[in-house]
Amino acid sequence: MSEPLQKMEAASKLLELKHIDLSFGGVKAISNISFDVLEGEVRAIIGPNGAGKSSLLNVINGFYHPQQGEIWFDGKQRHSMKPYQIAYQGISRTFQNIALFKGMSVLDNIMTGRFTHMHKNMLWQALWKGPAEQEEIENREFVEHIIDFLEIQAIRKTPVGRLPYGLQKRVELGRALAAQPKMLLLDEPMAGMNVEEKEDMCRFILDVNDTFGTTIVLIEHDMGVVMDIADRVVVLDYGRKIGDGTPDVVRNDQTVIDAYLGVSH
Amino acid sequence: MSADFLYTIEVILNGLMAGVMYSLVALGFVLIFKASGIFNYAQGVMALFAALTLVGIQTGQVPFSHLINAIFGTNVHHFGWQVPTLLAIALTIGVMVVFAIIVERYILHHLVNQEPIILFMATIGLAYFMEGFGDIMWGSDIKTLDVGLPSGGSLWLEEYTLGWAAEGEQYYGMYLDKLDMVASLVAIVLVVSLTIFSQYTTTGRALRAVADDHQAALSVGISLRTIWVIVWSIAGFVALVAGIMWGAKSGVQFSLSLIALKALPVLMLGGFTSIPGAIIGGLIIGVGEKLFEYAIGPMIGGATENWFAYVLALMFLVFRPQGLFGEKIIERV
Repeated sequence: MSEPLQKMEAASKLLELKHIDLSFGGVKAISNISFDVLEGEVRAIIGPNGAGKSSLLNVINGFYHPQQGEIWFDGKQRHSMKPYQIAYQGISRTFQNIALFKGMSVLDNIMTGRFTHMHKNMLWQALWKGPAEQEEIENREFVEHIIDFLEIQAIRKTPVGRLPYGLQKRVELGRALAAQPKMLLLDEPMAGMNVEEKEDMCRFILDVNDTFGTTIVLIEHDMGVVMDIADRVVVLDYGRKIGDGTPDVVRNDQTVIDAYLGVSH
Repeated sequence: MSADFLYTIEVILNGLMAGVMYSLVALGFVLIFKASGIFNYAQGVMALFAALTLVGIQTGQVPFSHLINAIFGTNVHHFGWQVPTLLAIALTIGVMVVFAIIVERYILHHLVNQEPIILFMATIGLAYFMEGFGDIMWGSDIKTLDVGLPSGGSLWLEEYTLGWAAEGEQYYGMYLDKLDMVASLVAIVLVVSLTIFSQYTTTGRALRAVADDHQAALSVGISLRTIWVIVWSIAGFVALVAGIMWGAKSGVQFSLSLIALKALPVLMLGGFTSIPGAIIGGLIIGVGEKLFEYAIGPMIGGATENWFAYVLALMFLVFRPQGLFGEKIIERV
């Protein structure tokens, strides 16, 4: 038995989607999709353009509320929740079109990722000294740790708007990691990168998975990358699930091949 | 020193202090615009409402007394007590926070993701509603606001500078209003503390994050609704400070809400998104209009203060539409 399969059997389900339906007005974005994500695995979502991958990520993240279906996270069923509450549950994400705070420094951007861990109220913050300062120092330490991990010490104080694309993606990953999430959602983390940047990003994703044990759900177009780093793959087409399994299984699935080669529906 | 030179300095100093008063109003606009992209037309009325509430609480007025009297045929106007100034200010801050919560709950929350023009229209509605509400609540008579701020010219300064002019010239010393000086100090403290708060605290960072990108802010666990309540509360507090200063200067009356109009040219100069811009824009306009009136006014019949700020703003719109400190909008094609 191959190594990823062993990993699967030992782990429990961190996230489970059951019969999710999502439509915008008359347009059906997702119909009847069910799949699960096991604790500690790297789960990829693939599919042609417009297949509903990003919509699915937004459902998990709470930006979209599905009209039907159940979402179970960490053993509890989720009832309609605001995106910021979902961040408190331990789900972080990055965006397809980088969504960083462009005017702020790299350090400040990653510090915002610690928001869910900072609880001192505004009065303490206004006083600045005391508990709020202590809290800031502790969280700052953790952020420096992340900065070391992502090898971006040199640009800590640079406003992110000035950084090249590849580095911005890395900072965004850093912000998501700073929250110490149980599950990390990555929306096309390698889009628009050159080969070298892609290799770096792959290494970071696998390192995150290994060292922090973070469960990762990622959308990616680069098939080579997906086959290399994913434990299991979900394939979507026209809002439906057309394949689910290990990379090897998915690669040889006739429906999947048809979807990618464009057989008429 | 020649008397003319001393007069010029006096004009500049007075201009700077007038500018601070404009900046105080502009500051409230910038705070809300940065955090939510809303041009809050009601900022001036908020200053009026805050000042009315402060006077009302302080002098122990019964809120809605005219309404109550009209309905029940009673004749109540005052509780008959005086509330100490600091307590009254604290209570007014409380009222402004409640106001912020109501605005978020009943207006902003329903208009999320709407066009800026729609939100702008909503704040126009809010402005007129508040004006009427303030009227019903506290009455429409002109009130004097006395929070113990000094007023009148500074005699000390006048005497101190009396001997500065060259001999043989007529000079009566420099005239600076004490209230203006206090206002300047308060404004400096306010801006410094707001800047520190937004740079170095968790909530401040969250405010900047929301200003930058709503979606990303949500994804790291920042609640937009909470942030909006905080921003409107801070804007309410700034409005209160502006209301106190302007109210102490010229009485609390409904024309107070028109000071918002003076903030517009300040914003066009300083840019809508910059707190230092609001301050420096205010100072430039204050100094500019006083100097212009002093140097060129007599040649063209005076009363230039009424229009100078707007003409200056118009010139900025033509040559530098983003203002002195606003973010330049560059779009990638």
